[in-house]
Amino acid sequence: MRDISDEERAERRQYTLGLILSIVLTAASFGIVILDVLPRGWVIPAIIVLALAQIVVHLRIFLHIDLTRQKREDLQLLLFTLLLLGIMAFGTLWILANLADRM
Amino acid sequence: MSEQGTNPHPGMNLGYDGGEKAAEVTIFGFWTFLMSDLVTFGLVFAVFGTMTGATAGGPGPEEVTDLRSIAIQTALLLGSSFAFSWASLSMKYHGGRLHMLGFLALAATSALGFLIFELIDLLHLVEIGAVPQRSGYLSALWALVCLHGLHVAGGLLWMGGMTLQILLFGLTDQIKSRVTRMGLYWHFLDIVWVGIFSMVYLAGVA
Repeated sequence: MRDISDEERAERRQYTLGLILSIVLTAASFGIVILDVLPRGWVIPAIIVLALAQIVVHLRIFLHIDLTRQKREDLQLLLFTLLLLGIMAFGTLWILANLADRM
Repeated sequence: MSEQGTNPHPGMNLGYDGGEKAAEVTIFGFWTFLMSDLVTFGLVFAVFGTMTGATAGGPGPEEVTDLRSIAIQTALLLGSSFAFSWASLSMKYHGGRLHMLGFLALAATSALGFLIFELIDLLHLVEIGAVPQRSGYLSALWALVCLHGLHVAGGLLWMGGMTLQILLFGLTDQIKSRVTRMGLYWHFLDIVWVGIFSMVYLAGVA
């Protein structure tokens, strides 16, 4: 068995934390739907919040996006893409929902 | 912080400054590709959003969703992502070629399981007449799920290619850089899947 350095151990712990958080958040999402514990209007917002939380966990831990200087370009690229996507996707949903209302 | 501690990417341990910098640029380029892919996925999601409820009297979310299978697929894909990160760590800390390939094989097997379950689900949809041409809702669902599935299948081919390269050439700097990019792609696909199981399946039956 080879020796494991402190740094490797720290990184392994980090990934394991990411895995555990992902499992907990996924289980919470499925649990809400299967066990039917929340009042009706709350289910979909709760699923959205849990999904966003899990996406942040994945980005932070598995994709190594953080606020350090080295990663700032990756982060800016991601945020700009989200801005574009927000305009296009939200615009699509808004306009088509509006049209559907008028039909 | 130690020299290694400032390593910007997992799996990268090239040991000299020039290589790190060059790899950094390539990886940023790959991020640009991933983000363009994110726009594609995001817009297909938006189309799916406009099509919710447009079942035209055909099968709706309740008939289409098998939560047990979705849960298994989610677990398999997350497991695959995790196995891949273990392979990256093994590569970064010189765990040995076979050690790393073992985790890579685990990631590939898990992803193959994911695809098999997805295929079974899709075949079931065909059986109950929930084909893409049945309604707008089903068209959007098939487009989104299959787009993701094809990405996973492509990733599997890529993994096979990387395995061959590692066996043939060993873990050279260039191959380390490729594996790192593949890791980004693989984790990215898991993020897209979080969106799919939440928005398409869970929100569908909620």
